[in-house]
Amino acid sequence: MFEVFFPILFLFVLAVVIALIMSGLSVFIGKRTKLGKKDEPYECGVEPVGNTKEPVPVKFYMVAILFILFDIEVIFLFPWAVISDRLGMFGFIEMVVFVVILLVGYFYILKRGALEWD
Amino acid sequence: MTEYIYLIPILPLIGFLINGLALNRLPKSVVSAVACGSIGLSFVLSVILFFELKALEPSSRVIEQVLFPWISVGSFHVNFAFLLDPLSAIMILVVTGVGFLIHVYSVGYMSHDPGYSRYFAYLNLFTFSMLTLVLADNFLLMFVGWEGVGLCSYLLIGFWFEKKSASDAGKKAFIVNRIGDFGFLIGMFIVFWSVGSLNFNQVSSIAPTVFAFGGTLITAACLLLFVGAIGKSAQIPLYVWLPDAMEGPTPVSALIHAATMVTAGVYMIARTNVLFMLAPDALMVVAVIGAATALFAATIGLVQNDIKRVLAYSTVSQLGYMFLACGVASFSAGIFHLMTHAFFKALLFLGAGSVIHAMSNEQDMRKMGGLKKHLPITFMTFLIATLAISGIPGLSGFFSKDEILWKSFSSQSGHPIFWVIGFITAGLTAFYMFRLVYMTFYGQERMDEKTKSQLHESPKSMTIPLMVLALLAVVGGWVGMPHILGATNYFEDWLSPVFSHGEAVNTHALLSSTADSSMEWLLMFASVALVLVAIYLAYNFYLKKTSLSTAMKEKLSGVHKTLLNKYYVDEFYGAVIVRPIIYFSLFLWKIVDVLIIDGLINGSATVYNDISEFLRQGQSGRVRSYATIFTLGVVVLLAFFMTD
Amino acid sequence: MIDISTAVIDFGLIAPEISLVAAAFIILIIGYTKRLGKFCALTALLGIFVSFYYTLIQYGNPGSGFSGMVTSDDFGVVFRMIFLVTALLTILIAQNYLSLKRLNKPEFYALICFSTMGMMVMANSTDLVVMFLGLEIMSVPLYVMAGFARRNLASNESGIKYFIMGAFASAFLLMGIAFIFGASGTTDLKRIIADLSYLSEFSHFYFYSGIAMILIGFGFKVGVVPFHSWVPDVYQGAPTPITAFFSVGPKAAGFAVLLRVFSFGFAEVEILEPTFWVLAVVTMTVGNVLALRQNNIKRMLAYSSIAHAGYILIALTAGGIEGVSSAVFYLIAYALFNFGAFTVIIMMESRSGGTTEFSELKGLLKVHPYLTSILALFMFALAGFPPTVGFIGKFYIFSAALKNGFIWLTLIGVMNSFISVYYYLRVIKVSCFEDSDSEFAPMSMTPALMFVLFITILGTLGLGIFPDQILEFSKTALFAFL
Repeated sequence: MFEVFFPILFLFVLAVVIALIMSGLSVFIGKRTKLGKKDEPYECGVEPVGNTKEPVPVKFYMVAILFILFDIEVIFLFPWAVISDRLGMFGFIEMVVFVVILLVGYFYILKRGALEWD
Repeated sequence: MTEYIYLIPILPLIGFLINGLALNRLPKSVVSAVACGSIGLSFVLSVILFFELKALEPSSRVIEQVLFPWISVGSFHVNFAFLLDPLSAIMILVVTGVGFLIHVYSVGYMSHDPGYSRYFAYLNLFTFSMLTLVLADNFLLMFVGWEGVGLCSYLLIGFWFEKKSASDAGKKAFIVNRIGDFGFLIGMFIVFWSVGSLNFNQVSSIAPTVFAFGGTLITAACLLLFVGAIGKSAQIPLYVWLPDAMEGPTPVSALIHAATMVTAGVYMIARTNVLFMLAPDALMVVAVIGAATALFAATIGLVQNDIKRVLAYSTVSQLGYMFLACGVASFSAGIFHLMTHAFFKALLFLGAGSVIHAMSNEQDMRKMGGLKKHLPITFMTFLIATLAISGIPGLSGFFSKDEILWKSFSSQSGHPIFWVIGFITAGLTAFYMFRLVYMTFYGQERMDEKTKSQLHESPKSMTIPLMVLALLAVVGGWVGMPHILGATNYFEDWLSPVFSHGEAVNTHALLSSTADSSMEWLLMFASVALVLVAIYLAYNFYLKKTSLSTAMKEKLSGVHKTLLNKYYVDEFYGAVIVRPIIYFSLFLWKIVDVLIIDGLINGSATVYNDISEFLRQGQSGRVRSYATIFTLGVVVLLAFFMTD
Repeated sequence: MIDISTAVIDFGLIAPEISLVAAAFIILIIGYTKRLGKFCALTALLGIFVSFYYTLIQYGNPGSGFSGMVTSDDFGVVFRMIFLVTALLTILIAQNYLSLKRLNKPEFYALICFSTMGMMVMANSTDLVVMFLGLEIMSVPLYVMAGFARRNLASNESGIKYFIMGAFASAFLLMGIAFIFGASGTTDLKRIIADLSYLSEFSHFYFYSGIAMILIGFGFKVGVVPFHSWVPDVYQGAPTPITAFFSVGPKAAGFAVLLRVFSFGFAEVEILEPTFWVLAVVTMTVGNVLALRQNNIKRMLAYSSIAHAGYILIALTAGGIEGVSSAVFYLIAYALFNFGAFTVIIMMESRSGGTTEFSELKGLLKVHPYLTSILALFMFALAGFPPTVGFIGKFYIFSAALKNGFIWLTLIGVMNSFISVYYYLRVIKVSCFEDSDSEFAPMSMTPALMFVLFITILGTLGLGIFPDQILEFSKTALFAFL
């Protein structure tokens, strides 16, 4: 039981440790600037406090949604990568089709102007 | 020539297409030439075919012409086919013959109407549908014609749609007929379901083997078919549309609402006589409804003041006679009366049309009178028709009516009560018809000066059809003289092959119980005597001592009012049938849709009209209530599935 | 794990779908380029024709592939042809409308292609999950298309409503599939049916509730009462060509699946018969009665489409050879005359300031007598009058029901179709017998619209008089992989 799940436990611990080291390092060696903007949760984007009725440019959402779409679909590449040798040529072609579909989508949003900020 | 049967209905269709597609672009002379010419050719062809059929042996007088297989799926086969036999031969002669005369008449009658070509297009389309109906060799094709004539009737009743009453009347006719069609369709389904065919000949030969004599199923099928006939032929309780249908042009009333379409129900019963013979109970219902309608409509006809309405109720009453004849299993008598009635009733309507034409569209008889000398030809022909419908010996109506009366008395499925009702109705008929004649053509001239100065006899195109029809109204009955006069009843013999199947099924139906020639003489004299008395009474009431009728009216004011208001049947239907349906629909709409769905946000009943209002207020709550309904449905469905 | 190496990979099986997707991709790519941007409609039409060609090849050549996920049978072919023709007609009637309303965007054509492809996937599978996949591929573009007129509140509302209700229904559908999977361990209809008696005995609860929820999910798409409430709002709010597409395409697709699952698949499950009986009666009656008092033609047609779904449910209740073929025939017939009616409405709406209210029709007869008779023809077909195909279709459904002994159901059906005459007649009455108070603005009659009218009239009358070929065709649809 333990032997089977040890690598997972190891991975889990490793992830926690690395995260701690990263943030710890920035605390110790990072340069500090005391500016008002720096105290806010986000440096850019939506104001966290204030009038909620204020209109927010739809472009934020646009980019966010497009990002999530492509992000999640790229995740499909991982399971394929794991067994790509067993799937062979067939798996490769399927993946090419998949990527082409994504590419068409990318080309479409590019042409549509969804990525232009102004 | 028999391979040209299909041309009979096709010719009017071609006429319709030419006039309908040209849409007022043709000169009137061409329009009328096309319309009259197409039906005239049909008539000529019908006559030729009639004689070819006559040349054949009586037993082989059945010609089926299959144009193409129409629907053929699995066990369901229907051909697009026409059937020419003695029965349909009579019908096409009547439809094309009378139809042709009415077309010619219309040329004069409608000459000033802006919708001239539309009128003739509809009229031709009607003729096509009617011919399809009578020539169909199966139920389905008959139903196509059946719907077609209904549609044309709707279009022609509402022909002057600028008048609200006209378009309302059209709608009423259409909707009332729908109830009848409903019965027809279901009856047809049952026949197909049991027999496995819709072909008339096959149904006739197979039906006796699959239906139990007098069984529930065959009785139900016949009653449903009869519901169809009731709707189309304006019998109790669905007669209400016919008097209103008089809003249409008068030649239309003559063609559709007197001579042809309304008789389709009688034709259908005669066509399916085998089925009805298998269901004596259904036959009884037919006879009772027919007799009741004959009497009922005649009483209403007694007091109407609109010349066309008198004739309309008279038509309903005469159709009742025809159903009475069918109901006592004397189909040939029914068809015989159908034919003679087509002659004299078409003539009466056309005569009335001529009067209305001369009177500058006045239809109220109280404003007529003394027209005899102004319209001599109209008067003479009208009088002949009146004598014929009253049953004066020698004229066509006498022979057909007498046959019905005698059969309803003597036939095994008849009853003396039927004879009594028919007898009384004959008296009433003579009375109201002569009342009409006296009020219209005799006595003082009660119209205003302007109308009087414009009185004129109608043009030749109108009077010639009148004269031809008058001739037919006289001689038309001579083909069916009763045996006791020492003559041969050619008409009955001609049709006997068609009805022999039915008679074979139910051999008892026609055996005369009291087939006694002295009795027949007696009854005949009695009815003639009654008619003469009725005419004398009408003469006294409406010409000699008009005060009598006023006094009578006052004395019996309750009865008079009831009759004048047609027994309040329209009001009754409005209260009992139409209003509940409207309320039910209102209920569903207002309560279910508006109150539950919309009402949450918007109680206004006009929510559907006012979309902007509906959008402004109706955004948030509605989907939620939709989802609620949805979920309720889910719960019910799941619960149902779980309990199983 | 599925062994990929032995799975049959036959791209010929899904060539019709591939062609449509390819066309949609090309449209998306060229849509916003300067030189090729105007060829979107043409590309879509081309894709449809290619797809039709590949579908036609499959006719009479049944096959199965992708580990049983894709099944090509004649039943599927017949339905895919219906979808493709629907898409074709939609594009033809939409072009002019879209430019008038300033909605002529390339996405429209791509969405039509995608949605049609989804329907084809639905009709072409015996696997519940693939059916669901197809349903979603069909539905998502529909949500977008319902809200296609972005500046129009009604259209926006229609899109959102459809989306929310659609998601709601999809949840039930998915849950039902999950239940059935839980009970049987498979989503392949063929294998579920093989275990039918075992399942209904030992996994009664999961199996039956699964069936019920699948019925709900697909019943929603075809507008079965009580899952119909979205229909009127969505139909009324969506741009008219899209409404025409809605009323025919997704409805046919939903019935394709319902027929496959319930008339071929679970035909042995006895509880379905009374269920369909009740659903048919309720659907017809509610649709017809509510249609009686509408003032908007689109809304009236929405309720009428609910009623027509009810008639088709009669055929499903009847089941058997007659039931299925009459349902297929009716769907073909309905597609024809319903499209025709919508075409005339689009013409009416193309006038300046035109709406879809009944009052718009006033005085039509005087200005456009031919168009009025055409409109009347379609109304008569909807009401089921001879000699139109509407009559033959109803006749065939009712005789199927009678043959299987459903006398009362037939009676109610016939009665309902007579009720419907009233509101269809109203369209004729208003256009013929009422006069317009204002000048009758000219309407656009482009060759594309005239062509669609020609096709639909030809179909409505031609099939009404010579229904034989299509009846035979709909009977061949009976060859299904189950």
